[in-house]
Amino acid sequence: MYGNDFIAPDETPRDPAPVEEGLEEFQQIIDAAGTIEPRDVMAEGYRKTLIRQIAQHAHSEIIGMQPEANWITRAPSLRRKAILMAKVQDEAGHGLYLYAAAETLGADRGELLDALHTGRQKYSSIFNYPTVTWADMGAIGWLVDGAAIVNQVPLCRCSYGPYARAMVRVCKEESFHQRQGFESLYALSHGTETQKAMAQDAVNRWWWPSLMMFGPADDESPHTAQSMGWGIKRFSNDELRQRFVDMIVPQAEALGLTLPDPDLSWNEDRGSFDYGKIDFAELFEVIKGNGPCNKQRLAHRVKAHKDGAWVREAADAYAAKQAAQISDGTTEAVA
Amino acid sequence: MSGNGMSGSGTSERRDWPLWEVFVRAKRGMSHVHAGSLHAPDAEMALRNARDVYTRRQEGVSLWVVPAFAISASSPDEKDAFFDPAADKIYRHPTFYDVPEGVDHL
Repeated sequence: MYGNDFIAPDETPRDPAPVEEGLEEFQQIIDAAGTIEPRDVMAEGYRKTLIRQIAQHAHSEIIGMQPEANWITRAPSLRRKAILMAKVQDEAGHGLYLYAAAETLGADRGELLDALHTGRQKYSSIFNYPTVTWADMGAIGWLVDGAAIVNQVPLCRCSYGPYARAMVRVCKEESFHQRQGFESLYALSHGTETQKAMAQDAVNRWWWPSLMMFGPADDESPHTAQSMGWGIKRFSNDELRQRFVDMIVPQAEALGLTLPDPDLSWNEDRGSFDYGKIDFAELFEVIKGNGPCNKQRLAHRVKAHKDGAWVREAADAYAAKQAAQISDGTTEAVA
Repeated sequence: MSGNGMSGSGTSERRDWPLWEVFVRAKRGMSHVHAGSLHAPDAEMALRNARDVYTRRQEGVSLWVVPAFAISASSPDEKDAFFDPAADKIYRHPTFYDVPEGVDHL
């Protein structure tokens, strides 16, 4: 997910991009729906927008490991445990692809992590909700990763080459995430009454936050036009959200579960499902840090980083020692 | 996934592990292709991490890791002057030549 770049209404929108000289070729490439590569001349606003969006996306991937890691030790079978571990490992990999893409724009990974740890940069608000039952693993895979895929597939065609290429890898891996979530929920919804109730409860809790993952409504989204102009974003928040709803409703029927929206109904004229009003006040509260798990997620991330410091230092010391021995001629280079 | 290793982050005060560019041979008979990049303290760790990050689903049978600073790249600013000399030498392509009708295998 999480490739969204939005702010709460009372935050100050960024200044519009200043007019710069020497960008004719950049604009030609953008206008021709071409690809910008790392060392090309590019508008400063384009570079900054991408760094912010890719970093936010990367942060989301690594923070997103936490809600699911919460259930690894309590997965109901070895099969489910192996799947969950593979998925959490994938999220770490996605974070790495994305930090590397941000670095091609001149960002420094260490500085981006600092920005995350000190709250200067955000991650997707979806990860500030708790995972209270095992069924949440299924609901996250199905709904949260499902929303992520809808958001990320168009990013595979975004105008910045390294970001687009990272998204191709991510999307390939993400489709396993969504399927395993659906399968896990299906097992519960076709199990005992208690299991089905647990699945329904999880869907009830994750449905609205998943819809909010696409960001505010189009008329409340001040940066969308510029991002679309630059070919970073290909579809608006509401277009992607509608695509997600239309994809999910029939899948919910297959699961035998309901979605907690009394206004959800097929609209013959539009050929799409209508859905109820989203409480964006909640989204903005969570973005501002007042969600159920914001403090816990960030504190855990900072602690993990600090606790890992000795490993990074030891690896550095070992590399330095090996390099010294190689230059002494006392050890052969590692082949 | 760095495009070409020219990340421009080398001037930072913070000392992160060096950047490595990762090349993967998908299967025998294919050449190594750039897959992405990662940070690692040395070549051995770079290879192990590249294995874990870029070949988790059997995407490769061979890996190269190359220190990003060791890559020399052509400059995008000079690409016209650098690549243009090839533009007017169309006689280097077989399609430049007329072949009489009925002549095969040429």
